[in-house]
Amino acid sequence: MNPFSSGTRLRDMIRAIRACKTAAEERAVVRKECASIRAAISENDQDYRHRNLAKLMFIHMLGYPTHFGQMECLKLIASPGFPEKRIGYLGLMLLLDERQEVLMLVTNSIKQDLNHTNQYIVGLALCALGNICSAEMARDLAPEVERLLQFRDPNIRKKAALCSIRIIKKVPDLAENFINPAASLLKEKHHGVLLTGVQLCTDMCNVSSEAHEHFKKKCIDGLVKVLKDLTNSPYAPEYDISGISDPFLHIRLLKLLRVLGQGDADASDIMNDILAQVATKTESNKNAGNAILYQCVVTIMSIEDNGGLRVLAVNILGRFLSSRDNNIRYVALNMLMKAIALDSQAVQRHRVTILECVKDSDASIRKRALELIYLLVNENNVKLLTKELIDYLEVTDPDFKEDLTAKICSIVEKFSPEKLWYIDQMLKVLSEAGNFVKDDVWHALIVVITNAPNLHGYTVRSLYKAVQTAGDQETLVRVAVWCIGEYGELLVSNTGVLDVEDPITVTEADALDVVETAIGNPSSDLTTRAMCLVASLKLSSHFPSCSKRVSDIVRHHKGSLVLELQQRAIEFNSIIEKHGKIRSTLVERMPVLDEATFSGRRAGSMPPSVSTSQGALPKIPNGVAKPTSAPLVDLLDFSSDDIPVPGGSGGDFLQDLLGVDISPSPSQVTSGTQKSGTDVLLDLLSIGTPPAQSNLSTLDILSPSQDIKSPVDVLTKLASPSPSAQTSTPVGGSSMLDLLDDFGTTLSLPETNGPTYPAIIAFESSSLKVTFNFSKEPGSPQTTLIEARFTNKSPNAYSNFVFQAAVPKFLQLHLDPASSNTLPANSNDSITQKLRVSNSQHGKKSLVMRLRINYKVNDKDVLEEGQINNFPRDL
Amino acid sequence: MGIRFVLMVNKQGQTRLAQYYEYLNVEERRALEGEIVRKCLTRTQQQCSFVEHRNYKVVYRRYASLFFLVGVDNEENELAILEFIHLLVETMDRHFGNVCELDIMFHLEKAHFMLEEMVMNGCIIETSKTNILSQIQLMERAS
Repeated sequence: MNPFSSGTRLRDMIRAIRACKTAAEERAVVRKECASIRAAISENDQDYRHRNLAKLMFIHMLGYPTHFGQMECLKLIASPGFPEKRIGYLGLMLLLDERQEVLMLVTNSIKQDLNHTNQYIVGLALCALGNICSAEMARDLAPEVERLLQFRDPNIRKKAALCSIRIIKKVPDLAENFINPAASLLKEKHHGVLLTGVQLCTDMCNVSSEAHEHFKKKCIDGLVKVLKDLTNSPYAPEYDISGISDPFLHIRLLKLLRVLGQGDADASDIMNDILAQVATKTESNKNAGNAILYQCVVTIMSIEDNGGLRVLAVNILGRFLSSRDNNIRYVALNMLMKAIALDSQAVQRHRVTILECVKDSDASIRKRALELIYLLVNENNVKLLTKELIDYLEVTDPDFKEDLTAKICSIVEKFSPEKLWYIDQMLKVLSEAGNFVKDDVWHALIVVITNAPNLHGYTVRSLYKAVQTAGDQETLVRVAVWCIGEYGELLVSNTGVLDVEDPITVTEADALDVVETAIGNPSSDLTTRAMCLVASLKLSSHFPSCSKRVSDIVRHHKGSLVLELQQRAIEFNSIIEKHGKIRSTLVERMPVLDEATFSGRRAGSMPPSVSTSQGALPKIPNGVAKPTSAPLVDLLDFSSDDIPVPGGSGGDFLQDLLGVDISPSPSQVTSGTQKSGTDVLLDLLSIGTPPAQSNLSTLDILSPSQDIKSPVDVLTKLASPSPSAQTSTPVGGSSMLDLLDDFGTTLSLPETNGPTYPAIIAFESSSLKVTFNFSKEPGSPQTTLIEARFTNKSPNAYSNFVFQAAVPKFLQLHLDPASSNTLPANSNDSITQKLRVSNSQHGKKSLVMRLRINYKVNDKDVLEEGQINNFPRDL
Repeated sequence: MGIRFVLMVNKQGQTRLAQYYEYLNVEERRALEGEIVRKCLTRTQQQCSFVEHRNYKVVYRRYASLFFLVGVDNEENELAILEFIHLLVETMDRHFGNVCELDIMFHLEKAHFMLEEMVMNGCIIETSKTNILSQIQLMERAS
């Protein structure tokens, strides 16, 4: 006989699975077993039903799908015998969940079993109901459960109590029916009933304020008495755990008292004595006793203030904290977190011990302690604590560095008493764990540095020193490169030396070495390299002796395969070679970045999907050039020109000078707004890249709730540029264009009346490409004319070519007939089709479109679909 | 609802019993078990018995080759859960007599019945070993 027929015993199956050497063997055994169980199910095999279900439970535990066995559970539950029902209910609880329709079918069986004459079967049904009951079942079966709360057997009453918890959580309206039966459970003597009854009351307080009031008025005295009897009870072997009678019941009672005492001075008063008794008399040399003490402290901390009790509680925590048992220390740290809001002085007293816990070898304790320390920091102890934490950063293991770094940075930023200290600490963190520092942290550091003119020299020299030893920390290198670019001459000339500094001698070549090493380092990422290019351009002007080397570096990158670097290098090369006379003006030092704006932008946090990028868009001050031109103004430093520099968007400059990442971060997408004449310039100077192309995600654009997930859409919602910005566009644009002429560059300038938009690749597959060209009808900004062009990339001709498009409700779409319905092989743009889209939310939302393309190739129908999210904004 | 799941896992990381009190599908369970077991099994005896993972706090205790892991929410008393694990082990010990991994494997349903008598919907329901086992013995007599 085949050993894996449905006749195999459970035992044999388990043995067979255990004997498997590899995961593949195990899968094979399980597959065979499942197949035979399925066969047994389809034959409606009666005899082995519960054995098969037991097998399925085992298979389920191993993590294989077992849904096909669900109906078997129902059949077993419906059968008359206790053992069948037992295994059926167990299967129900393990294999099913409340989300499945099968539950509907089981409601009736449960109802019958709840009314069964055999109390053990009633118990089974209650247990299952308590574990899997859904809202509908709760409504249907609540009366039965309510009745069973008064059943003669305590084992049924306790299960009914827990079942009631599930019911009132699913349907809070039903809570009022349970108030009286629940209150009467508190008078029980049976521990199980009392335990579950107290739990029921606690949960009822959470869902119903009526119940809360009722228990507060009627039950506190009784509860206090129960607790008192319990603590003073003589030895009860059945419930005794290391000398304490039923610690679980103790804890439940204390939890209920906490809920009842919260915010009620009278109620708190009644329980004072018993809490004091528990806190002082409970043995603390065993885990069970400590569990009770711990719960008692939680209760004391939550109920209304009673000075004496609080002192007692904090003392217990102090004792816990100095315990040698790590479990006890862990809960102490946990509790101190809560205590800090009540009595921070008392917690401060334990600061030294907590700091020791940060350095513990146990990750759980370290994490708790670090969070606690973070809450303990204030203006007075920040220097001390930061020093300790930074010292520890040097020796900690890498897993913990990320958390620790984030916390240190946050502390330093929040409580820094002076800039010098801030810069010093940040440099230490950067040199120690620069790779863990988040972007916004080092951006903030640069803002602070620019705002401290007397420390420029000091900072750049410190950074120079730091980079020599910790050149592998990327963020440190970035900050250093930026500062050397800006303040390189201070590094060489040793200007503004502070008393605390050791003098160093750095030559111009040394300074450039740092930049050159960084750009040449294969592990440097694109942002760092781009920053290096800018820095070297700046140095070429400050250090004439190095200009040859700089132009070599720049020229070397003209051939870079990374578009951004190549573009920059070509532009910079042209500045160096052709425009020597304006070079020094171009690379003047950055104006001071505005701290307030930057912190404001950080605070106005972005949606989580784009959390790595910098805050929301800056506000555009009225009558000032639009933001796209602002960074330009800044990079070139035309501040003497007649273009008004927007005073309020300092952070924006930073963003654009620092945020050179090529990933489609929102800021760059923003700079792609309002593609007008200025954009040509913008592209020339390569601040940011054009918005992401071919962002053909599969989001369902038609459901608005999902729109938000696409970064482009998020921006659209945020963007809504003010009209003033729009009107000023041409002004800013044209003055830029004049300047452009100065470059002598030959650019085909777009017609300046009305904005133009770059063409996009709307869709591209291995066989087909669709490009969109945009134009606007004069006088109706809402309407966009799109010219779609189709390219056949394959060597086969396409016939019956049909292009269809769909748009969400806020758009209206009109499709003109296509120029042809056949697309010759390897042809470019041989079909064109015009679309007209009106955007009723113009300025608020950008266009989105889904498209579907049908065609025949070699007599086979082909369907291609896609979604276009990369429309230029503001269409 | 304090207890979210109870797991029994051997030293090799194989699950021997799993009971969840909130719904997770099979893939989520496998992932969760893998992550938690990896975290807990690498810890030493001296380290504390609590591990924070996702939004769970896992309280674990090791008995010979078997790890008992209980996932709880933030409001739960960790020390009490530690005591509960011990109670569970003592109960199984009384029934099986020196319980071992194989007892649980080959009597999975009984282990489940015991757990079911002790925890329901994430709450502790009974703490007396006699009361818990009387229901199991009844079952044995019936079959």
